[in-house]
Amino acid sequence: MNAPLRRVGVVVMVLFGLLFANLNWIQAYKADEYRTSDYNGRVQVADYERKRGNIEAGGTAVATSKETTGKLKFRRTYPGGAKYAHVLGYKPVNLADTGIEQVENDFLAGTSDQLIGDRFKDMFTGDQTAGGNVLLTLSKRAQDVAYDQLRNNQVDAKRGAAIAIDPRTGAVQALVSMPSFDPNPLASHNTTEAAAAYNKLEQDPERPLNNRALAETLPPGSTFKVVVAAAALENGITKSTPIPAGSSYTPPTSGEPIRNASTSICPEAQVTLMEAVTESCNTGFAKLGVRLGADTIKEKARQFGFEQDDLTVGQLGEDGLPTAASRTGDMQNPDGGTDPAALAQSSIGQNNVRMTPLEGAMIAGAVANGGSQMRPYLVRQLLAPDRTTSYYTAKPRELRQPVNGQVANDLREMMVSVVQNGTGGNAAISGYTVGGKTGTAQSAPDRPDHGWFIGFALDKNGTPVSAVCVVLEQAGGRGSAEAARIGGQIMRAAIADPGGR
Amino acid sequence: MTVAATPAPSPATTGGQSGVRLARSRRNAELSLLLLAMVLVAAYGATVEANLLDTVTPDFWMPAAALGAVFLGLHLVIRFLAPFADPALLPAVALLNGLGVGFLRRIDLGEAPVADRESLAIFAGQGGRQLAWTLLSVILAAGLLAIMRDHRSISRYAYTLGLAGIVLVMLPAVLPRSISEKNGARLWIDVGLFSIQPGEFAKLALLVFFAYYLVRKREVLSLASRRFLGIDFPRGRDLGPVVVVWLISLLVLIFEKDLGTSLLYFGMFVVTLYIATERVSWLLIGLVLFFGGAYLAYVLGSTVGGPFANFYVRAEIWLDPFADPTDKGYQLVQGLLALGTGGLFGAGPGGGQPDILPEVQNDFIFAGIGEEIGLFGLSALLVVYLLIVERGLRAALAVRDSFGKLLAGGLAFTLGLQVFVIVGGISKLIPLTGQTTPFLSAGGSSLMANWLLIAVLLRVSDGARRPVAGGGGKAPRPAGGPPEQLHGAPTEVIKP
Repeated sequence: MNAPLRRVGVVVMVLFGLLFANLNWIQAYKADEYRTSDYNGRVQVADYERKRGNIEAGGTAVATSKETTGKLKFRRTYPGGAKYAHVLGYKPVNLADTGIEQVENDFLAGTSDQLIGDRFKDMFTGDQTAGGNVLLTLSKRAQDVAYDQLRNNQVDAKRGAAIAIDPRTGAVQALVSMPSFDPNPLASHNTTEAAAAYNKLEQDPERPLNNRALAETLPPGSTFKVVVAAAALENGITKSTPIPAGSSYTPPTSGEPIRNASTSICPEAQVTLMEAVTESCNTGFAKLGVRLGADTIKEKARQFGFEQDDLTVGQLGEDGLPTAASRTGDMQNPDGGTDPAALAQSSIGQNNVRMTPLEGAMIAGAVANGGSQMRPYLVRQLLAPDRTTSYYTAKPRELRQPVNGQVANDLREMMVSVVQNGTGGNAAISGYTVGGKTGTAQSAPDRPDHGWFIGFALDKNGTPVSAVCVVLEQAGGRGSAEAARIGGQIMRAAIADPGGR
Repeated sequence: MTVAATPAPSPATTGGQSGVRLARSRRNAELSLLLLAMVLVAAYGATVEANLLDTVTPDFWMPAAALGAVFLGLHLVIRFLAPFADPALLPAVALLNGLGVGFLRRIDLGEAPVADRESLAIFAGQGGRQLAWTLLSVILAAGLLAIMRDHRSISRYAYTLGLAGIVLVMLPAVLPRSISEKNGARLWIDVGLFSIQPGEFAKLALLVFFAYYLVRKREVLSLASRRFLGIDFPRGRDLGPVVVVWLISLLVLIFEKDLGTSLLYFGMFVVTLYIATERVSWLLIGLVLFFGGAYLAYVLGSTVGGPFANFYVRAEIWLDPFADPTDKGYQLVQGLLALGTGGLFGAGPGGGQPDILPEVQNDFIFAGIGEEIGLFGLSALLVVYLLIVERGLRAALAVRDSFGKLLAGGLAFTLGLQVFVIVGGISKLIPLTGQTTPFLSAGGSSLMANWLLIAVLLRVSDGARRPVAGGGGKAPRPAGGPPEQLHGAPTEVIKP
């Protein structure tokens, strides 16, 4: 019986060899996959072992971590509640993280390669150093004003957005999307509660989770006239060149006449370009657009940043919050040629033209900044856990040059005229030169219009200090005037905030 | 493969050789190894405390010392009652048992509020219960060594034990679910105060019966055969008992919903049959029957459902646990993630998070330990298991009587197979089934049954290594077995 016993011994060895080989497969080959698996609760617990760093705006923590007695040692809290929600995003236990919390996750969590020195120190001290701190470009005051004014707008708009940037650098001074949401319940350690809070927001018909300032597009209405005016200035027209206008214009092949917002606007046969911008003359710009041609308009819009779908707003040159691309849209007949009716409508920011509030602020910013459009960013600085070392400081960079200095100057003059003599009077700030352009865009035939304002403020020396875009969805006829008022308030707060920039 | 290219050495020669070669009792080697094992267990306890309490309490050595005292007692019993027993068995088992107690205590510490951790008494919690069970199990093992002075004496109770074994196997299937079912498998007798897994004892009882039955029948089973496709197949009428055991194991599979236990019984029987008859055909028949049966159950489970559905679900989980990672596949997925997180070196004793692993004190203890000691540590544990199994087989090789050979060989293989079934189950090598991990898992039945198994192996190895002349004086003749000399020889002669 010894021969089979020996063979049984070999069989046992083979069985154990299989176990050993299989453990190698799991613990060596598949180890990384399993270690970082979404279903691995250790990942979460490990995430919460280390105090996550702060996100700060204007010297105040707007996202911070508090010690708990639970299994997850730190709870993420957002002292600003809904005010900063669309910038910060949230860091939930089980759900996907968003916003700056997601973009700068490695640095905040302390697992970034940049913080390897700090983790190395921990090996000797036995401590768990907190994660790094992210300093935002936001001006606390401008953000406060933007949030409050948008929420308490005088035309009862339920949805809208506001964004302000520094035209010289591209630093975002304020960013608000309305309606907003409180990210605190989403970061609850009670994952059932967090999931319930998320589902409620997700199913809300007003879609509060969407970032309307960066990632939603609407027809820009008359604010688009700035782009058309820029194209005109580059094609032999000056600000004092008379252009055809009139109380009504029916483009060729179209039965639908284009009219002005009121009969008092540009009823004469000709107005100067300057007057057309100031009064927001629809017929003049529709005719101008048809004269310039679809390709010219589209190209100019592209040079201002339309059609770019890979722009992110976070760290410069790194990942950031995603943005939607603004589009000039289709202006063609079914046969492929330009449809003059569509082109005429597009020239006054209707038809298929769609713009994000960010793009609106970037257009105003480029005009204010002598034709140089800066790349927008939200992260000003990354500070080490001990706050002594800086791992990153934003160095502003130009994104593109949509117009040359001369054209920018002319556009600036015309936009200033809008605030001083035209539709944008509400945006004026005493002691500063404010320029802008209002817009009233048809949303749907039976719904109230959207009100837009894009604008900028220059100090006494003519240096641009803020550019803004405000949109109030379905705000009705008074929407654009209210948007101009809010835009002025935001810029005033941004200028007044000493730590604002 | 053909049967025995080298003629099987006659037991007399084997016994004579081992008698001459291994005349020394090696008890001092056993004692030193045992001390080493306890030092390892104490070091494990200290590391756990360092990781979980940030300090090592002055009492860290107490569980290891308590275990050491218990094992030292068993060592003394062996020294006097089984002086020639294998010296590696006790230290190896003591190491596993000690690490099991240490890990269960580690789970208790992890679950206790931070403030109470330092003052956790050594008999508190699961670790403390396991310590108490160890004490009881070792006393039982010592008692068995004292009563059973010669392993052949238990063959007298073979039929009684066989009947008891079958009753124990069937009991959970017959009892109401409320008493027998845990986690979908009906393996338990739960009477409130305590619960036992009768299957753990059944495997011992059945093996004694198998060994006895096969020693008596092996002539018939190995000689009378028909040749087909170059392999000698047994006659139909001799297949009877095999078919009965096969049916029992399939019934276990279906009604107790447990593939592991069924695989264990069947593997145990087929292998003892193979050892007894030296017929490879039995292995082939066994494998075909088992895998055929399992596949049939799988197919029936997917089409008919009913009693087969559970097996089908388990097989589906095994094929892709990540298909339903939060419900059906949860346990296996969490086990895999724990093992993967451990990686090569592990998080260190006390450094992992076994608390998020379901059933970590039972089925998944190997995964829980694996998270903390990594691939290297688990490989060492596997080697310790392998050592125990191979030492058992070695005792079987060396012992002089057929009953002892079958008994020790069968028990050693069963232990190895059980380790394979559970470790393979939690590491997705085979479908997961609810087996205990010998000597590690929490639970009295498993610990007791496995310590009794070790006591039998110790007794057989003592018989094997005891010098013939100076031995117990009894003739090395199996009780009721045929004369050894007849064994094997005829087949060898007939073979072309």
